[in-house]
Amino acid sequence: MKPASFEYRAPEQLDELLELLADDFTDVRVIAGGQSLVPMMNFRLSTPELLLDLRRVDELGALEHRPDGALSVGATVTQARLLRQLEQQGGWPVLAEGIRHIGHPQIRSRGTVCGSLAHHDPTAELPALAVALDARMTVAGPQGRRTVAAADFFTTYYETVLEPGELLAEVVFPAWPAARGWGFRELARRRGDFALVGAVATVDRDAAGATAEAVALVLFGVGERPVRLGGVEQALAGKPLDAAALASVEPLVAEAIDPVDDLHASADYRREIAVQLSVGALADAWERSSARV
Amino acid sequence: MSELIGRSVPRVEDERLLRGEGAYVDDLHPSGCSEAAFLRSPQAHARIVSIDVEEARSAPGVIAVLTGADLAGELEPMVFQIARVVPETVRASTGAVSRVHPMPAIPADRATYVGQPLAVVVAESRYLAEDALELIELELEPLPAVVDPEAALEPGAPLVEPEWEDNLALEYRYRRGDVDAAFEQAAVVVEEVFHSHRHVASPIETRGVVATVDPLDGTLAVSASTQTPHQLRDFLAGALRRAPETLRVRAPDVGGGFGPKGAIYPEDLVIPYLATRVGRPVKWIEDRSEHFAATTHGREQVHRIALAADADGRILAVRDSIVHNCGAYHTLGLVVPYNTLTHLIGPYDVPAVDVRLRAAITNTGVVAPYRGAGRPEAVFAMERAVTRLARAVGIDAAELRARNLIAPEAMPYATGMIYRDGTEQVYDSGDYPKLLARARALVEEEPWAERAAGRRVGVGYAAYVEGTGVGPFESAALTVLGGGRVRVATGASSQGQSHRTTLAQIAADALGVPFERIEVVGGDTAAIAAGFGTIASRSLVVAGNAVAKAAAELRAAVLDAAGSLLGAPPESLTLADGTIRPLDGDGPELPLADLAGALSPFNPRRPAGAPTELHAKAIFNPGPVTYAAGVHAAVVAVDPATGAVEILRYAVSHDCGRPVNPAIAEGQVLGGVMQGIGGALYEELVYDPDGQLRTGSFMDYLLPTAGEMPEIRLVHVDCPTPLNPLGVKGLGEGGAIGPPAAIANAVEDALADLGVVVRACPLTPDRVRALIRAGGGDGGATAGAGATEVAA
Ligand SMILES: Cc1cc2nc3c(=O)[nH]c(=O)nc-3n(C[C@H](O)[C@H](O)[C@H](O)COP(=O)(O)OP(=O)(O)OC[C@H]3O[C@@H](n4cnc5c(N)ncnc54)[C@H](O)[C@@H]3O)c2cc1C
Repeated sequence: MKPASFEYRAPEQLDELLELLADDFTDVRVIAGGQSLVPMMNFRLSTPELLLDLRRVDELGALEHRPDGALSVGATVTQARLLRQLEQQGGWPVLAEGIRHIGHPQIRSRGTVCGSLAHHDPTAELPALAVALDARMTVAGPQGRRTVAAADFFTTYYETVLEPGELLAEVVFPAWPAARGWGFRELARRRGDFALVGAVATVDRDAAGATAEAVALVLFGVGERPVRLGGVEQALAGKPLDAAALASVEPLVAEAIDPVDDLHASADYRREIAVQLSVGALADAWERSSARV
Repeated sequence: MSELIGRSVPRVEDERLLRGEGAYVDDLHPSGCSEAAFLRSPQAHARIVSIDVEEARSAPGVIAVLTGADLAGELEPMVFQIARVVPETVRASTGAVSRVHPMPAIPADRATYVGQPLAVVVAESRYLAEDALELIELELEPLPAVVDPEAALEPGAPLVEPEWEDNLALEYRYRRGDVDAAFEQAAVVVEEVFHSHRHVASPIETRGVVATVDPLDGTLAVSASTQTPHQLRDFLAGALRRAPETLRVRAPDVGGGFGPKGAIYPEDLVIPYLATRVGRPVKWIEDRSEHFAATTHGREQVHRIALAADADGRILAVRDSIVHNCGAYHTLGLVVPYNTLTHLIGPYDVPAVDVRLRAAITNTGVVAPYRGAGRPEAVFAMERAVTRLARAVGIDAAELRARNLIAPEAMPYATGMIYRDGTEQVYDSGDYPKLLARARALVEEEPWAERAAGRRVGVGYAAYVEGTGVGPFESAALTVLGGGRVRVATGASSQGQSHRTTLAQIAADALGVPFERIEVVGGDTAAIAAGFGTIASRSLVVAGNAVAKAAAELRAAVLDAAGSLLGAPPESLTLADGTIRPLDGDGPELPLADLAGALSPFNPRRPAGAPTELHAKAIFNPGPVTYAAGVHAAVVAVDPATGAVEILRYAVSHDCGRPVNPAIAEGQVLGGVMQGIGGALYEELVYDPDGQLRTGSFMDYLLPTAGEMPEIRLVHVDCPTPLNPLGVKGLGEGGAIGPPAAIANAVEDALADLGVVVRACPLTPDRVRALIRAGGGDGGATAGAGATEVAA
């Protein structure tokens, strides 16, 4: 359980870092918090020749509110730092609740938000949150920067649209309306474990507060990437999310997902639980939402 | 004169360990030390076609690469004498037959389980050693593997040991009373299959060995994370053909053992051998991946158990047919499988018993003692069956237990069985009804429904007895040091059991020397020549009484020497608080420090003929084991929608004889309970049908953590044993024996009306949901022939 030998660099300039990253002849990996990468290297599942540490690059450490109300989270912002910021300054309560479910304080104080997104474990909280909140990912590479919608970012298990030579420079969460309601439900074997299944929901009510104008529902732990349940979202739009409405979407949830068996739970179990958690998260979101202002 | 025994003296171990000043094997860095890494079999059963190590040999930093072929003439295959031992009385009582086979330290021809060492690299560092491992070309030809112990006993199963005609390693059958008649006449019969699944102990510190040859005298010094340093020394002496005096084995601080570190492993032999061969110190620290595959596992038994009872729920007979999985090598003989027999009936008075066990070798890691060692398996089967019986009879599960417990007046109670040590099994003392009543009180005092908030609540019990303090012996040597301090050396080393505290309490009381002036040394063959080690809930009983015995002798020696110095008869003196005084208070006092000084050879006025040293040694050979006992009770809340189980309260009433240090006793029980909870709800070591290990890390093998610890209530019901002078019983394992049964019983209770029958753990949410879905049967309760109808 010792990593293969590797070279380690921690440049201070982003240009220099991107240049090193774009070297076609070396197997390069970036390291952020190391909470996923280091175990993989210790198992020799990952054997990079060059490890590029992001943490000395100041501009990757920005955590700021944009004029349009969006929140941008730079590549080296840890999960703990974002959580602290959210708890102190408010907004994105569902993001805060989701982060509290990531591992333990020790993990969150090193693990980064962007590292979790780039790593893309499909049972992780942050990829699902990014999809549910319509986050935009800023990708930096040899050709400059591009923006990718979270919905398009995650491809399959541990894969994203990031190309060799590219890095996730920041993730931007659009403004959070104060009247938006949210739900976050997760089932894990133990406190702090990766989810067996989880559900993220948001609800925006209409001006009268009587019906849901917009609904988002994203599940994780049920497939190769976070699964957005567009069918459920559409079926509920324009309705009050009462018990009958929620019951009516249960079959839609079950049909929309294709979970797999593993040591911790069977596919059937995941499907069963996904339905319960979806309904629970939607009900919470409805409960917490109020009339649009 | 007891002042300290029975008091919760704070642990003297804590300060060092909490300050990070502990010294574990990996903290040892002898100069010039090299490090070893093992190439391990990726297949469960395979012929070794070739191992090409040429490239690895010339890799950077590599000192040596050795395969089984290189070791063939050098290291004899390992033979475990204990696996052969079947006392004549056990043979007569059960017809037990044990078949042993040698285990190559590193095999040359055939790999028999995933993780078995096939080659070893010694290099300048562990990193370079692991780099070189990747350069070894291993060619294996897969052979059919057998993983399931029942399948292994089927005719035509692949042979794990080709020298044998089948995979049967051990077999016994015990019968008492007229079992057939009891089942004929029974009003109620329950019959079920219960599985105890495989665990891995997972101490915080994995195994490790550092071996150094002393350049001055050639002594081979071995530091190992072991529970049994003296046994390791003796094993190495035989295997390396050295006089035991030329070996020193030490167990430094050890971060948990739980049984597996009581075994002797290929690495324990190969690393010291390599130190002699490469001429440099060699270190090997097991990593966690290795631990999962190559450290001994625990549990894994299948019980087909049946209980016959009368209409009032009085148990008339127990019939059990057990299959035990030994893993790839049969190394321990009766130890675990026979413990299962002698603990199956537990605290109950049962007239007729028929228990048969067959143990199979399979292409899996070796199964050896793990906290409880055959007892949790027995208790899971019996206590699940007893709970099924209560349901079939239609009475409360605790009440049914109460009707069947052995009465305190019946003590000492002979079970009719022979214990593993060859003596008659006799429960020496205990008050089982009181244990049950106390546990019941702890769970019945609250209305749990409120705390369960919409979930279903269930209560489950598990009662057990535990034979503790097994022989053959333990040693203690006490020496008065300069300054009046006393060193206590014992063969029983510690892996967290607090010997430095409890043995010092015993010595301080027996001697009359302040606790602070006693220092306890364990785990060093140079500190005391003979020792057995810390296994099997035995150290307080066996080492504790050895210390008490040696302390009494030392006290007599001190008074003798003081008497001749003071010119007073020794009977007129006493030693208290570290000072010798006349009993009648009339005369001079002599601090122990001054006595030691006066006896020093440097003292020109030392009395002629006085000893130069104040020293006493004792061996304590316990008689038969003494019986600790307990009743565990779990209150659980089950969410029927998700299958999630929460333990609302866990209650333990416990008899460990006379507690020497109640706080330490409680710590031992709580730790055991948490390990038991681990097995009940989280932990399971899984092989796939080809013998590949599916749980290779803590991502897959889930241990309970602080977040999973429920509220635990504990009461002592002290019934001191008459079998040893201190009146103590062992308690290291007891906590781990009850939880799987108690929690399974509680979960079943919570879901009883859904027809749920729990047959195995861990009760993961997925499995609980599956049980609910599968519910609806009668759960195996059938009426015996000639039975009257009984409502289920
Ligand atoms: C005990 C434990 C429990 C955990 N529990 C959870 C949990 O419950 N839920 C959960 O979601 N996670 C959990 N994690 C994982 C944790 O959240 C990781 O921190 C996260 O997955 C990766 O973040 P990191 O900063 O540590 O990334 P690293 O480990 O440094 O990198 C991970 C991967 O992402 C790449 N990478 C990192 N940053 C970037 C970037 N900016 N651009 C491109 N590629 C990048 C790396 O090259 C590497 O391939 C747990 C981890 C541990 C050790």
